[in-house]
Amino acid sequence: MSMAFNPARWKPAALLPHEEAHDGALVFVVAVLCFLACATAIFAISADRAAQGWANQLQGSATVIIRTKGSESPDMAASRAAEALAGTPGVAQALVLERAKAEALLEPWLGKDGIIKDLPVPRLVTVELDPSAPASAKALDNALRAAGVDGTVDDHSLWMQDIIHAGQIARIAAVSLFALMALAAASVIAFATRAGLSARHDVVEIMHLTGATDGFIANLFQARFAAMAALAGLLGGGAAALLAAGIRLVGGGYGLIPVLPIGWLDLLVAVPSPLIAGLVAAIAARVTALGLIRAMP
Amino acid sequence: MIELANRDQTDTIVRFDGVGLRYGRAPETLQDLSFELKAGSFHFLTGPSGAGKSSLLKLIYLAHRPSRGRIELFGQDIGRAKRKDLPFLRRRIGVVFQEMHLLEHLTAFDNVALPMRLAGQKPATYRTDIAELLQWVGLGTKMHAMPETLSGGERQRLAIARAVVARPEIILADEPTGNLDHEMGQRILKLFNELNRLGTTVLIASHDLDLVASSGRPAFNIESGRLTSPYMDATEDDPADDLGLVASGEPEFIYRRPLTLSEEDRLEDEGP
Repeated sequence: MSMAFNPARWKPAALLPHEEAHDGALVFVVAVLCFLACATAIFAISADRAAQGWANQLQGSATVIIRTKGSESPDMAASRAAEALAGTPGVAQALVLERAKAEALLEPWLGKDGIIKDLPVPRLVTVELDPSAPASAKALDNALRAAGVDGTVDDHSLWMQDIIHAGQIARIAAVSLFALMALAAASVIAFATRAGLSARHDVVEIMHLTGATDGFIANLFQARFAAMAALAGLLGGGAAALLAAGIRLVGGGYGLIPVLPIGWLDLLVAVPSPLIAGLVAAIAARVTALGLIRAMP
Repeated sequence: MIELANRDQTDTIVRFDGVGLRYGRAPETLQDLSFELKAGSFHFLTGPSGAGKSSLLKLIYLAHRPSRGRIELFGQDIGRAKRKDLPFLRRRIGVVFQEMHLLEHLTAFDNVALPMRLAGQKPATYRTDIAELLQWVGLGTKMHAMPETLSGGERQRLAIARAVVARPEIILADEPTGNLDHEMGQRILKLFNELNRLGTTVLIASHDLDLVASSGRPAFNIESGRLTSPYMDATEDDPADDLGLVASGEPEFIYRRPLTLSEEDRLEDEGP
């Protein structure tokens, strides 16, 4: 082998030795962290989309509860209210909810047989708002007053706040989890860099004493760990994307879990995973390596 | 101040002034060292084990900072040198470490190439020279060998090749013949002599007093961390002449023109 060695074809070898077992374990741990981070991001986007959908649905409609006055029948009052509301700017459509449908809404509380015939079930008018310029609750209230109908406008603002709040919590939780994963990955890489420098202190010392700059040595560790983390990011991100794709395929358009409607485009979240993992690793490895090298004379 | 200089040497490569070295909170390993090494000088550093020879060399090759005193390298006060300048000072120093410190995961060729790579040189500019140098130190058939497969003597020669490949201005060697038999020690000494003839300052720490005496080179002694007076001063005659070395014009690089040493001086390959 040595006899066949041709200096003209010599290519410089990697200055840092490979440690297969050590490197493999690190790739696995970082891959798991990347998987969790990407899965968190994908599910957060889905949750956000679900919350947004619910908010849009609620924002696009209002419900008016009609109370009868004097001898006017509930149906008559509801019809007049629907007519008045339909003519209000910002209202696309106003429909009287039939008594049967109104009773169906009460069924969960009163049961099927609990509703007696003479029970004054309130009549409801569902109002579909113009999405481009929706009428306000106050405008609807004014329209009812002008028509002489006694009613209460429910623009779902109470629910809206809860939905928006839930969406915000989901977003914050997702971002926090993502940041936590990135920090955990950075810590693992910093720890691994420290261990690598410690295990290869002899190599670092020889390079240091032979005239390597701090930056040169740090670059070696930076490149090594960035490459490993990028591979881990590819594996972890790919696994998360596969899981999400599986959920999307199994559950149809709304995903396996109806509250988490996953879109195909959501899978793109995993695409920058190798880049981000590599970047985090590069920074963590560089900072750690420089700190340790600068402790040398 | 002890001035350790051969004749016609004016530039000071190394200057110690009241230097002390302490490891942690232990008593000082080196105390009150004051001396100069002139450019182109060749000295031995002798003394018993634990006297401080290696520690003194470590101060020169910037592996340690002195606890007190002042050290100048190439006219620069290292106490005031910026950290970013230190690697460039180190590149001007070739070191043969006592433990050799070979990179065990690299081939012999890659080990010797290390200083050139760290200096940012392109492989095309030095790979032929490295091959020639390895041939010259008797490792021509071991270029692709891993250090662990080499014998003690081969490892020693590999460490020496790495120390001299970049033609440093000063070579520091810590017991460079420790793993070699007498004959091989003499041959290595010839290499250092030839490098010195080409202008390289040489400082060799050795406890082999026979080698020191046969070299005809001046030596200074260190005991209990203190430098004593040179026990052998510079000689008027160039000892290299006694070794049969003949200068034939200054070669561009020792490894490109190594044949100012005769073919017989080539180091023969050893078995593993």
